[in-house]
Amino acid sequence: MAPPAHSSRSPSPSQPSGKGEVSDLKSQLRQLAGSRAPGVDDSKRDLFKKVISYMTIGIDVSSLFGEMVMCSATSDVVLKKMCYLYVGNYAKVNPDLALLTINFLQRDCKDEDPMIRGLALRSLCSLRVPILVEYLVGPLASGLKDSNSYVRMVAVIGVLKLYHISSVTCMDADFPAILKHLMLNDRDTQVVANCLSTLQEIWTAEASNSGEASRERDALLSKPLIYYLLNRIKEFSEWAQCLILELVAKYVPSDTNEIFDIMNLLEDRLQHANGAVVLATIKVFLQLTLSMTDVHQQVYERIKAPLLTLVSSGSPEQSYAVLGHLHLLVMRAPMLFSSDYKHFYCQYNEPFYVKKLKLEMLTAVANESNTYEIVTELCEYAANVDIPIARESIRAVGKIALQQYDVNAIVDRLLQFLEMEKDYVTAETLVLVKDLLRKYPQWSHDCIAVVGNISSKNVQEPKAKAALIWMLGEYSQDMQDAPYILESLAENWDDEHSPEVRLHLLTALMKCFFKRSPETRKALGIALAAGVADFHQDVHDRALFYYRLLRYNISIAERVVNPPKQAVSVFADPQSSEIKDRIFDEFNSLSVLYQKPSYMFTDKEHRGPFEFSDELGNLSTEANVSAQKVEADDKDLLLSISEKGDSGFPANGSAYNAPSYDSSKSLSASSTSSDLVILETGVLHQASPSLAIDDLLGLGLSTTPAPAPAPPLSLNPKAVLDPGTFQQKWRQLPISLSLELPVSPQGVAALTTPQALIMHMQGNSIHCIATGGQSPNFKFFFFAQKSEELSKFLVECIINTSSSKAQLKIKADDQNSTQAFSVLFESALSKFGML
Amino acid sequence: MISQFFVLSQRGDNIVLRDYRGEVQKGSTEIFFRKVKFWKEDGQEEAQAPPVFNVDGVNYFHVKIAGLLFVATTRVNVSPSLVLELLQRIARVIKDYLGVLSEESLRKNFVLVYELLDEIIDFGYVQSTSTEVLKSYIFNEPIMVDAARLTPLGPAAIFMQGSKRMPGTAVTKSVIANETPGKRREEIFVDIIEKISVTFSSSGYILTSEIDGTIQMKSYLTGSPEIRIALNEELNIGRGGRSIYDYRSSTGSGAVILDDCNFHESVRLDSFDIDRTLSLVSEILATFELEPGASGQTADFKEANKKIEWNLKKIIGGSEQTLRAKLTFSQEFHGNITKESGPVSMTFIIPMYNASGLQVKYLQIAKKSSTYNPYRWVRYVTQANSYVARL
Repeated sequence: MAPPAHSSRSPSPSQPSGKGEVSDLKSQLRQLAGSRAPGVDDSKRDLFKKVISYMTIGIDVSSLFGEMVMCSATSDVVLKKMCYLYVGNYAKVNPDLALLTINFLQRDCKDEDPMIRGLALRSLCSLRVPILVEYLVGPLASGLKDSNSYVRMVAVIGVLKLYHISSVTCMDADFPAILKHLMLNDRDTQVVANCLSTLQEIWTAEASNSGEASRERDALLSKPLIYYLLNRIKEFSEWAQCLILELVAKYVPSDTNEIFDIMNLLEDRLQHANGAVVLATIKVFLQLTLSMTDVHQQVYERIKAPLLTLVSSGSPEQSYAVLGHLHLLVMRAPMLFSSDYKHFYCQYNEPFYVKKLKLEMLTAVANESNTYEIVTELCEYAANVDIPIARESIRAVGKIALQQYDVNAIVDRLLQFLEMEKDYVTAETLVLVKDLLRKYPQWSHDCIAVVGNISSKNVQEPKAKAALIWMLGEYSQDMQDAPYILESLAENWDDEHSPEVRLHLLTALMKCFFKRSPETRKALGIALAAGVADFHQDVHDRALFYYRLLRYNISIAERVVNPPKQAVSVFADPQSSEIKDRIFDEFNSLSVLYQKPSYMFTDKEHRGPFEFSDELGNLSTEANVSAQKVEADDKDLLLSISEKGDSGFPANGSAYNAPSYDSSKSLSASSTSSDLVILETGVLHQASPSLAIDDLLGLGLSTTPAPAPAPPLSLNPKAVLDPGTFQQKWRQLPISLSLELPVSPQGVAALTTPQALIMHMQGNSIHCIATGGQSPNFKFFFFAQKSEELSKFLVECIINTSSSKAQLKIKADDQNSTQAFSVLFESALSKFGML
Repeated sequence: MISQFFVLSQRGDNIVLRDYRGEVQKGSTEIFFRKVKFWKEDGQEEAQAPPVFNVDGVNYFHVKIAGLLFVATTRVNVSPSLVLELLQRIARVIKDYLGVLSEESLRKNFVLVYELLDEIIDFGYVQSTSTEVLKSYIFNEPIMVDAARLTPLGPAAIFMQGSKRMPGTAVTKSVIANETPGKRREEIFVDIIEKISVTFSSSGYILTSEIDGTIQMKSYLTGSPEIRIALNEELNIGRGGRSIYDYRSSTGSGAVILDDCNFHESVRLDSFDIDRTLSLVSEILATFELEPGASGQTADFKEANKKIEWNLKKIIGGSEQTLRAKLTFSQEFHGNITKESGPVSMTFIIPMYNASGLQVKYLQIAKKSSTYNPYRWVRYVTQANSYVARL
């Protein structure tokens, strides 16, 4: 409804304060209410306008309700419309008064003018007053049968409004069935489109508690309906076309002929001036051809020009939305766009958000043939007065350097940035040089020579400072002044506000100490003392840890803190491929711009139709999310396992904030260190078991026991587990086994009816708790229980029919029997003909 | 599907607010405005907020038009390009009906605006954004505001600048203006607007060049007659198998090659492939894009903070203008001064010229009677989009 009745914004001084004016209006309205004098409608219009304008600026005019309703007995449409607007705004807060309006609205629903019928019906349904729903059913039912399409259009949406006020009333009146009929038979396309929107919303909401509703929802994807809509698509408005295309993208055609028919039919939609239609069409093309590699590639070629046109022809906001989608496509097929890189050069007058995406595109399309030109262009932006863009450009140069094999020219230019002597340029460049050195240690001489000239006083940003300190520690043997620079930083420990920098300083001093101990001894002492006294938990822990390590054995300490390193070959991608695929599935939605699948930013009840088994899909990815978060936290310090031995421990500090660690409680030294160790060993086992840290600390932690010879495993055929517990367990348990199996062609074929697989597994005492996904990715969650005890097994099984692979993740209460269970599971799958 | 629509002034005042679904809390306008106003990139650097962002599960979409913020909210994962396009269209429809789009005109006409908003969207679902279709549902009359005081909007606004041959009315006239029936002027405007983007390297070499153009049509003809527009006969879309050499040699001889183009819903392309004519019943919008070597040679300078602005009202073709500027630094400067002082960006408008050579050969209106002869205006303009020379 129009503005809130009780706005928090107080009216500005020039505006009427309310009370006096409202009572004036009241008496004036009263005078006009019964009058039939000529020109009375014009005076009413003026008064109504005043009322509405008060309402807009937040003055409460609800006390005029009675008078407004009295004055609404008129044939003047303009007056009626204003009255409807008013009533709609206040009915919800004044349900008793709303009852007053029912009479005149119901009467208007039978007016001879279809405009009035439609308007009255819309207002009636917009009252949002639960006690009045019984008055809606009659007018809605006749509205759906009205001879005028405007009234039907309004009535269809009215049904949806009713559903949101009282779903029971709506279902009892059997409105969905009427809409279904209307959708297939009405001549007016907007009526059809509204039926589709309404039914999608209703069936999706009902699907969770009614099998029938879920079937009805799936029936929206049936071939006859899809074809019916597709054949008439050009008669629909551009917005309704988007709705239909969105539906078609979910449709699974039975053969390739069908796919080509649909694509030919929709081909000209790619030339539509409305970017939303073009993107929705592209989604259809991409989804339909997912399993047809060659055609899929052709689709990319085909959609390139329309996308590039949309980027440059629309508003900057529209360019942003399209660029986000282009970026997603470029990430999937960088080669395809590599010759179009000039389209992604930034224009002088573009807003920041467009430029930023363009920089990401340039990074993504850079390859051997175009890198030189792209980097040259990026260097121009680095000198830009627009600081955020200058920063982003430098980062882009760095990213390109990290993904290229031939970096000579890039390193030179990065080092030139340092000569520009601008603080923010220097800061960004230092971070990059550090990453670059971790990948290409062979450049250390060139870089160190330049970095050595930078005064640490000119570097204030924590990330940059941390990078500089890392280099000082790492290359302390080559940098003459390293121990002294580090020493002066240690002496000013208290001035350093960023814990990240203090952590790096500790590690750098350790490294420096191992190489040049006489010069560093003093500084390290200062830093360790300050570190142990540090209020920041991670800094405190790291200092204490180093201190004990040094006391225990210096050469072992060196092996832990500064082991020989291998260059990082590939920096970890912060996004798992599963998340990327999900985002691709959600093409033409916000997921693409946010670079997150929808479950990460949408409440459950606001998800769109056809998002299957959210809960469990959710849960499996949640595990990834936390893993991803750890990776992201660590990204600046360590990105490859081979380096974890180095700054590995402390850097993982951010991951320590895991639930079991309560920093406030465990300030006493012994408990701190043991907590630390326990948490650490998990990491170390994966990272570098050869380090034998267990013994080093003498805490007698045993390594994971070798799996005992597996006893024959039998499963409980009647095991039960509710989804809630499943989710909880899935979240808590670590993955005890994950494997990938090839799937036979029969297996792929059998998945056309996933139900069969579920039944079969059930026969083997392995129960399915949820399924989801869509071709080619099917996802199943199974559980099983040992026959003689409560111990359970949880399985996530993803079967990709296009790559013919099945990925299993098994989690178990009793890890020792995982192997035995996996054998059972595999044999059950192969008995089904899956493997 | 959207939940709310609102328009805020630059100061964050609520001008129009329509809550379609009641799913988003009341304070959303304040939340939105604070976020946009103090947007921080990566939590540190101040930057322009992106057109789409999420706060506590609510997605906010906005576009800036005529200094106003047009905003939509939703909790659903919708197509961003749909909502952003919709906001543009709502703004266009409102402008069509009010004649001018400004805070003042919106405030004066808010009842009409609400009337429009109720017909454009119902319960969050778009019903129609066609100015033509909406006419039959709209009963309020616009209260006109004085257009002369307003800053011009968009490239077509140059036609307002007092040229006698070119009436500027198309820009500021409401489609439902209450003119007396007999006096209503039958007229139709076809504007060919081209925006050119060129970047020169410091050595004067053209790094990128591009033209984005649109043909916009606005019709004040009664009865929506069919209209045919014929473009150059030698008009090719897409490079096809032709080499760049072919295409270069053909410019100037009347042939035009478009990389790509798209068309408004209402355009019928039945005979476009045969004789390059477009026919339509009401409004039209076609967009095209191409990259010839652009040849606009006027100059003009830009300013703000840390920028030198140089304005020239008019430049005669073939003449040369020079500006000397002296830079004084407050402290010793080490970097590359030439590089740091650039780039030079030019903004200019060339009326009655279009760089691509695309032409409207004829504009035909289906006749109602032999005396029916409406005014037809075909206007060309080239505008600099991003015309940059690096130093």
